[in-house]
Amino acid sequence: MKQIIGEPGIDLSSDSKMDLKLTRNSESFHKPNSSNHNLNSFNQASQYFPNLSPTNFLSRAENLQQNLKTKSTNSFEPNLNSGMATQNPPLDWDPHAMLSNLSFLEQKIHEVQSLVQSIIDQQAEFSSRPSELATRQQLATADLTCIIIQLISTAGSLLPSIKNTLLSNNPALRQLVNPDFNNNLKCEGLIRNFPETARNSEYEDLLRNLDNEADWMKEPNPLPQSDIVDANPIDEHDLKESDDGDAEREHLPPGSYIVLQLEKEEILAPHTHFCVICGKGFKRDANLRMHMRGHGDEYKTPAALAKPSKEPGSDVHPVTRYSCPFVGCKRNKEHKKFQPLKTILCVKNHYKRSHCDKSYTCSRCHAKKFSVIADLKTHEKHCGRDKWQCSCGTTFSRKDKLFGHVALFQGHTPALPMDEVKASGSGQGNDDMTEDLGGYNGNFASEECLTSMDVKGIDESRAYFSPMNFDGFGALDEFGRGGFDLEDNPFAFIPSGFGQRSGDS
Amino acid sequence: MEMETRMKKRIRVEANTEPSESPFEALSEEILFLILDLLDSNPLDKKSFSLVSRSFFAVEARHRRSLTPLRPELLPFVLSRYNSISHLNLTLCPYLSDASLSSIASLLGPSLRSINLSGSRSYSHRGIESLANKCFNLEEIDVSNGVELTDEAAAAIGRMSKVERVRMGRCKKVTDLGIGCIAVCCPNLKLLCLKGCVGVTDLGVALIAVKCRKLRSLDVSFTMITKKCLPAIAQLPNLEDLCMTGCLGINDKALVTLKQGFKSLQALDMSNCQNISQASVSSILQKNPSLHHLNLSYCSPVNSMLSGLHGVFKLNSIKLDGCHVSTDGLKSLANSCISLKELSLSKCSGVTDEGISVIVAKHKDLVKLDATCCRYITDLSLAAITSSCASLVSLSMESCTKVTWEGFRLIGRHCPKLEELNLTDTDLDDEGLTSLSQCQNLTSLKIGICLKITDEGLIQIGRSCPHLQELDLYRSIGITDKGVSEIARGCSNLETICMSYCTSISDESLKCLSNCARLNTLEIRGCSLVSSVGISAIAARCCNLSKLDIKKCYEINDAAMLSFARFSHNLRQINLSYCSVTDVGVSALASISCLQVVTMLHLSGMSADGLAAALLMCGSLMKVKLHVSFKPFISPVLINRVESRGCMFQWLNKPFQVQLESSEVWKQQSHDIFVE
Repeated sequence: MKQIIGEPGIDLSSDSKMDLKLTRNSESFHKPNSSNHNLNSFNQASQYFPNLSPTNFLSRAENLQQNLKTKSTNSFEPNLNSGMATQNPPLDWDPHAMLSNLSFLEQKIHEVQSLVQSIIDQQAEFSSRPSELATRQQLATADLTCIIIQLISTAGSLLPSIKNTLLSNNPALRQLVNPDFNNNLKCEGLIRNFPETARNSEYEDLLRNLDNEADWMKEPNPLPQSDIVDANPIDEHDLKESDDGDAEREHLPPGSYIVLQLEKEEILAPHTHFCVICGKGFKRDANLRMHMRGHGDEYKTPAALAKPSKEPGSDVHPVTRYSCPFVGCKRNKEHKKFQPLKTILCVKNHYKRSHCDKSYTCSRCHAKKFSVIADLKTHEKHCGRDKWQCSCGTTFSRKDKLFGHVALFQGHTPALPMDEVKASGSGQGNDDMTEDLGGYNGNFASEECLTSMDVKGIDESRAYFSPMNFDGFGALDEFGRGGFDLEDNPFAFIPSGFGQRSGDS
Repeated sequence: MEMETRMKKRIRVEANTEPSESPFEALSEEILFLILDLLDSNPLDKKSFSLVSRSFFAVEARHRRSLTPLRPELLPFVLSRYNSISHLNLTLCPYLSDASLSSIASLLGPSLRSINLSGSRSYSHRGIESLANKCFNLEEIDVSNGVELTDEAAAAIGRMSKVERVRMGRCKKVTDLGIGCIAVCCPNLKLLCLKGCVGVTDLGVALIAVKCRKLRSLDVSFTMITKKCLPAIAQLPNLEDLCMTGCLGINDKALVTLKQGFKSLQALDMSNCQNISQASVSSILQKNPSLHHLNLSYCSPVNSMLSGLHGVFKLNSIKLDGCHVSTDGLKSLANSCISLKELSLSKCSGVTDEGISVIVAKHKDLVKLDATCCRYITDLSLAAITSSCASLVSLSMESCTKVTWEGFRLIGRHCPKLEELNLTDTDLDDEGLTSLSQCQNLTSLKIGICLKITDEGLIQIGRSCPHLQELDLYRSIGITDKGVSEIARGCSNLETICMSYCTSISDESLKCLSNCARLNTLEIRGCSLVSSVGISAIAARCCNLSKLDIKKCYEINDAAMLSFARFSHNLRQINLSYCSVTDVGVSALASISCLQVVTMLHLSGMSADGLAAALLMCGSLMKVKLHVSFKPFISPVLINRVESRGCMFQWLNKPFQVQLESSEVWKQQSHDIFVE
């Protein structure tokens, strides 16, 4: 904030911070607790919107709201915020131009008002011609979008550093034009801290008002949350996904990213993308977009089907990290050594692994339990197949792990797989031996030889391998068969002479 | 062994008739032991010794420490006589069952220190286990070629806790697990050979390196190891000898990135590592100043191995066979090494007179030089070599076709210490040979395919080289009985002679050669004048004869075989293809108790039944080469039976070819190949 506002000396101590929390929960609709309605055209503008029933709007254009809520808060609200402050000293804006903009807005709002009024008036007719209703609705939506853009650009013009790039760079604005756009980010809370100065208190009000316009609902966070904020929007980082959001490795300096915190219900919700028309939920935005095609031709346009994040302006997202809602967790933003999670997926996996019951049990060993189903599947792939065993009884799934273990501990030896022992070590082997003796009965297989035969040694060898697990026996079959066929010559690559016994010529 | 048991009986009879009258009884056991210590050179001497008296017999039995039995089935008797044997070599027992091994273990027990099973098959891990249980002092075991041995065999070796030297080359079924057992349980391991253990990977080798810190010698040739195990090997504090022949997983990156280590390494063999180049070589040399022996044969067919080498190295011997070596490379080698003793440039391309001159001018102590197939070197090289390397002991110049008689004359004049000389396929003539006769210390002379030499030169050699042990006259067709007789007369120590395709050789030569009592290898392939008379003379008088090639000696018949059966008790290997031998001869041959390798192709007089009888009779056979046409006539049961005794059959389909190729045409053809 410091950099953006460009004012040195703003007190950033914790008591001077103010948090805002946005929510999409329409039931918990509250007025802002601060009573500053001392402004301005925005309040006027907001009065037009209540003409549309909030619930209607929500049911029909939830996506749109989401866009407004998340995207706008992410990036351009601070700009508005600072720009619209009446007492803002940098007076490099033209009040005349501003006035004309505002009157344009007013005119536009009147148009929408009449349009919506006409929809209400002709509702009976529309019931027989639903397509016309849809057209009207689209028109209204487009008008509203136009108003918002105008509003924002007007506001943005107040902030010299941003105004030029605002429209072109802000994906949220572009997404507004596309009513199908469904944002991946459904964050419940956005935490921002602002220095609480006389000037800045007006920023908050302004921001809240804007949120009202955009959102129809707002729940100011009752708990002042002390945390990181810095909206350095052009901070580019490698946003590679890792499973648990290894912020340790990326070492983002605290404050160089935005922290979002989802609520528990949201984390555990199976679906995160909902159809604005029928309310069906989807896990993936792409699936929702495919689903939307069934709702009409307007959703079939390439623009509607395009992957939203591919838009050119989307690369100026501020770095976003996530906080675990579980208080006391290291991944929770209030933890002293807070380590943020990188992606939504990381949040989900982390929350399930760390703070949920392990409800999935391995069907093979009935011992291992998991809370993430993918973990169970990974485990089941290897369960019971730890074929690398040490003499101490420990099993390993990988040969190099076994050898690392053996190298580390004195006296531990690799144990040989069972099938070899069984195939050659026991009954059949003894038969061989007696047969051998038969061959030389005349001069060799005296009684002495028979008694001297080391039957004990064989027994011992069996005992030696006894800790092996017989369960995995079938799976081990392939193992002993190294596949060195006598007929094949594995030494084809050896030039010559090798392996020839000296006696041969 | 059979003979020995027979003698034993005879001695017992004598001892009963005249008790303790012998003056030899006065000698104490210590004195007899001292005498026996001096009898080590010839095995027959000890046999004679033990025949003197009963007490001599017993003393000899007690004195004997090492034994190489010929037949496993006699082992119980032999070992009960020699019960203090510590070194047992079973390489001549191809069939060795687990039962035999367990009886050995119980008979010898703790006295056994070393056992060699590398020539045996049919034993398994159970036999090794019985050794591990009973012979707890075993220090050395060789189970090479045990292609059927599994990890359990390796685990059994691991239970021999005192074992120091383990050789398990070509144990293809042994994997890291077995090697891991050895690594963990044998902390005293000093030598390990894993040559050709294709089941062993980095993990096993690295574990060996971690656990067996006393390791001095490690052979990981022809395994699948990669750079992953090299750091562990490099940390071995006592490693002196490392052999990594044919490790294709080892590349430049592995060696260059190796930060340190191999501090104690003295000998490194990296032949046939085709993925290494000059970068590795200089990196290795710079990290290991103590390295004395380096083998880089056939490493890099394209790259010049040595250019860019700088530093000072203590290398004594370097082998660069088959590499491309430039003159610059030889120059930098000459400059960076302090004192080279051995240099092998066999089949190196790019070797010139200049390169050789630079090397020999700098390294005057050169003892051994191999310039086989360096086709561009001329008399100039020889002049440089002979003028500076007076102490040269071994010189090989096979197929150096540009060298003339003048060069050979220089060798004779300036290299008096020369012991081994290979001038196969050169332009050597009688004059050169006469000059070479000045090298009176010659023990090995190879002058095959020298078409210009005649008896005249050979007579000179025979007269002046009394120490000659090996003579190769392959296809030197100018040689006749006269020259060979002179050799036989002058070189009584002759052990090996090859006169193949010297078509003028007749029985007369062989009769003379029979004077050389040490003769053990005789090759007279294609000498069609030789008959049974000559070869019988050899058989009767050269009792050490072990290798014999009489292919295409059409005159040789059953009579010769009968005399072999009677006299040649040491015959191991014979090729009698095309001879006029019948079933009688073959079965006579089969009675030789230690015969191991037999090649019998196109024996017109041999029937399938005769062959079957011979195969059944000859228990020590390891390899039989037969014509494929016999295969249907021999019962599979018999074949299985013989194979189960450890014999391998090789069925060949060579056409019958009586005509001998003329040696001139042959040489011309071989030169045409060079030109290409």
